[in-house]
Amino acid sequence: MDDGLKLTDFGYLDWGPITLALPVGEIGGLSGASGSGKSLLLRATADLIESTGELCWRELRCIDIPAPQWRQRVGLLPANPVWWFDHVGQHFHGNVTQWLTRLGFEADVLKWEVGRLSSGEKQRLALVRLFDRNPECLLLDEPTANLDDASAERVVAAIRDYLEEAGAIRAVLLVSHDGALLNQISARQWRMKGHQLQPFEPAS
Amino acid sequence: MITLSVWDLVVSGCLVLALAGVSVWSRLGVGRALVVAALRMAIQLSLISLILKVLFDQRDFFWILLMATVMVLVAGREVIARQERPLSGWAVWGIGTSSLFVSSFTVACFALVLLVQPKPWFHPQYAIPMLGMLLGNTMNAVALSMDRLTAGIWSQREVIEQRLMLGEDVKEATKHLVRESVRGGLIPIINAMAVAGLVSLPGMMTGQILSGVSPTVAVRYQILIWLLIAAGSGFGMLIAVHLTCRQLFDDRQRLLLNRLRKKEELSSR
Repeated sequence: MDDGLKLTDFGYLDWGPITLALPVGEIGGLSGASGSGKSLLLRATADLIESTGELCWRELRCIDIPAPQWRQRVGLLPANPVWWFDHVGQHFHGNVTQWLTRLGFEADVLKWEVGRLSSGEKQRLALVRLFDRNPECLLLDEPTANLDDASAERVVAAIRDYLEEAGAIRAVLLVSHDGALLNQISARQWRMKGHQLQPFEPAS
Repeated sequence: MITLSVWDLVVSGCLVLALAGVSVWSRLGVGRALVVAALRMAIQLSLISLILKVLFDQRDFFWILLMATVMVLVAGREVIARQERPLSGWAVWGIGTSSLFVSSFTVACFALVLLVQPKPWFHPQYAIPMLGMLLGNTMNAVALSMDRLTAGIWSQREVIEQRLMLGEDVKEATKHLVRESVRGGLIPIINAMAVAGLVSLPGMMTGQILSGVSPTVAVRYQILIWLLIAAGSGFGMLIAVHLTCRQLFDDRQRLLLNRLRKKEELSSR
């Protein structure tokens, strides 16, 4: 069996030890009160803050490859994505028309000025931007937080499409406050409590 | 060469005193600072003239080296003092001083040994003024570029982290800031070279002409100095900016903002 994302005896700041195993092909759900350290766990998994213990993606240890290569494989979508160029299109490398359409944008969104985007648009476009980089493991921090129901459904569908697109080599770890959403999309869930990560059985 | 008497200086000092008087009378609030600065300038320069006189008489390599070292260290300290958000600890000292060392010290040695060729090559009459001119200018450039870079990284910290998240390396994620800071440091020098001789007559050339040197000889020295300043500043800035970036990211290419401190914490100095 392919191991997927694996955290062993993992710690960051004063969180941990944390153990987590998310097989490829699955969407893992992560919940917990605000300030419980969920976003920090994603940041540590993307190797953006210092951590202890072992961090592996498909049997490749994080410390064995340069950090940018790790982050190209394990891509983080932050809760507040940042845009730096003037126009949306400048942030993409490849052809993303398909993803744009699936998330409800016209192709001319690429010509839009970044300053004109609403927070919901920024969030959906940031997901496309992340897909554009082709990461294998997605770490998504509240990807549906600023969205209306229709957009949120599109986002969930796009995440599922992305997961299945390249054969079974991808996985998604998703942080959300929305318990119903997590129950709907992920069979494997964890809850962050008291600086520890506990397996969480969704009420069926 | 007409030498100035002490009275000439006293008379010109009276002009400054008059200005200070007007400043006090019209409550501009700079009168005191003006007089203090003028006095400091006069005393510092008089002292340095004594030191230079001794150095010129001795022509001892050790004393010239000591003088040059002190000049580089003082300039290095000045680079830190001009930072809005300097790096913490000894790093900023090391970066400022080492980049000044390369940009001024080694460039001055290069020019003395290979180009001007006084005998001996460290002849203080040539070595000290050239090092001083180089230091004065490259210090401004290095301080300006480091200040721009640290301020830019601080204000764009979220952009940098976002770009790192998307798998870019530090070089890519800070490219625009590095370019801006080196540009910012070089532009004053480019502007000064562009108007040299048209708007301003550079101080060194003017001084040589006043002391009776032929303008064609003086101009050659000035051209040499400007070229050395431009090259030295550029290389000094590249080194300073590169080392600053290395301090602000760890070996896993994470942004370490805690290595930047705010200016207020320096007030005890």
